[in-house]
Amino acid sequence: MTTTAIAVSGLRKAYGDRTVLDGIDLEVQAGTVFALLGPNGAGKTTTVNVLTTLMKADGGTVLVAGHDIATEAKAVRAAIGVTGQFAAVDDLLTGRENLRLMVDLQGGGKQVVDDLLERFDLVESADKPASTYSGGMRRKLDLAMTLVGDPRIIFLDEPTTGLDPRSRRTMWAIVRELVADGVTIFLTTQYLEEADQLADRIAVLDQGRLVAQGTADDLKRQIPGTHVRLRFTTVAELDAAARVLTDATRDDEALALRVPSDGGTTSLRAVLDRLDEYALSADEFSVHTPDLDDVFLALTGHHTEVAAK
Amino acid sequence: MSTTSHSTVMLRRNVKHIARNPTSVFNAVLMPIVIMLMFVYMMGDAFDVGVDYIDYATPGLMLLAVCYGLGAAATSVNSDMTKGIINRFKVMDVSRGAVLTGHVVASVLTNLIAIAALVGVAFALGFSPAASFLDWLGVLGILLLLAFAAGWLTVALGLAAKSPETAGMASVPLVMLPFFSSAIVPADKMGPGLREFAEYQPFTPIIETVRGLLDGTPDGTDAIVAIAWCAGIALVGYLWARSTFTKRA
Repeated sequence: MTTTAIAVSGLRKAYGDRTVLDGIDLEVQAGTVFALLGPNGAGKTTTVNVLTTLMKADGGTVLVAGHDIATEAKAVRAAIGVTGQFAAVDDLLTGRENLRLMVDLQGGGKQVVDDLLERFDLVESADKPASTYSGGMRRKLDLAMTLVGDPRIIFLDEPTTGLDPRSRRTMWAIVRELVADGVTIFLTTQYLEEADQLADRIAVLDQGRLVAQGTADDLKRQIPGTHVRLRFTTVAELDAAARVLTDATRDDEALALRVPSDGGTTSLRAVLDRLDEYALSADEFSVHTPDLDDVFLALTGHHTEVAAK
Repeated sequence: MSTTSHSTVMLRRNVKHIARNPTSVFNAVLMPIVIMLMFVYMMGDAFDVGVDYIDYATPGLMLLAVCYGLGAAATSVNSDMTKGIINRFKVMDVSRGAVLTGHVVASVLTNLIAIAALVGVAFALGFSPAASFLDWLGVLGILLLLAFAAGWLTVALGLAAKSPETAGMASVPLVMLPFFSSAIVPADKMGPGLREFAEYQPFTPIIETVRGLLDGTPDGTDAIVAIAWCAGIALVGYLWARSTFTKRA
């Protein structure tokens, strides 16, 4: 199936004279996962807010499930489910009552509530107030509430930010299940790994513009892979090392060299042997797998303002 | 689904909130009674108002009961807003008015319970109104109108506030206003400046209307001024709430 679930063209949004989205074009095929990758402040949440009818765009057209967000907001809302960045659950209600509330508003029966509690492993705490839930449980409840109306397009704004690694994996598993059911997912994230794990297509958002778009493999070709980072004490040492390790890139500010490497012991030994040969020694040595900051450096020539963790 | 049934769902949710929050129940229902006991027992004998103090004070305390319920409404609207629940409802195909109507109706219901409890205690303290059944209906009508108007204004304040704490603070002036009206002592016994303020602020004509009805001597002019104030407050509150609700995401 190759129908388009979300089509965005020339989307612009400004708060006063501060431009937040500066002409975004993207297309999401039905039944796929699309990840919008970017650091804090890149405009990810604003994009989600506009696409989900929470905010009005200043320019451009957006079609969600075939409906124009500007003129057919009601039809768009009926087709989508949204889980925002902060779990929007009702703290004073229990998990079951939260789901019941969604059923009362959208239709469905008691069975829907029971099934979702079961599916999200929330049966045990179903009758406790949501205020007693852990961060991971709240996210799960939030997503379960989103699923009540059986939406075919789901927006997830930073679904795993602030979650521990285990909860993050649970969330990923849930997203994969949804996609297997044919649901379209539009998610935002600041983790390269998350986009890599889940998304069919990734778009990189930087200061309101998309700087790259493609599959995870497309992007990886554009960014430095795993590399070894060597830090030196003096510029002289850095210069000497740079002459020896010819495939390395220099970072003069940090007095560091990054040497492409697969991270395996053989290639690491080769680098160290080469330094030894010229009696050079690095102050610090680390193996580095690419993160969001590397993606940004490669695609935009600057670092993320807030370094990704 | 229709707006009415969405509103019912929202109302049920808000009523659950109030019932599960003992502090808000205390503030809304017990505080006015505590204040009544304080004024009637401690200070009542010191005021010379021409009639039994309990008969003089009860109408004003009924308004106070409405105002004390508002803090809870402001806080709960604001926490819906700041915690993202309102955004959840906004991106669902839920009628826009239902969320706010639910809050206003819950606030009015809390007010009615508080007023009923207060009047019950007043009777126990010797309150003896001369009102006929029709007069009582008039009292109920004017109090409902006030509760509705103040409810919309409070919802607007709650939506506009940055945090639940500031939302709670925003309703404080509404709680203080009855004290600077003819609720506790007649306005003409107050000092200059304060007296003029007390005479022209909205609560005084409302209190005088209720007082007249309970005495069995309703005053038409007060009633018209009171209704005009309530309608004005309701309209401002409603429009402000609607526009804040639409704008804030």
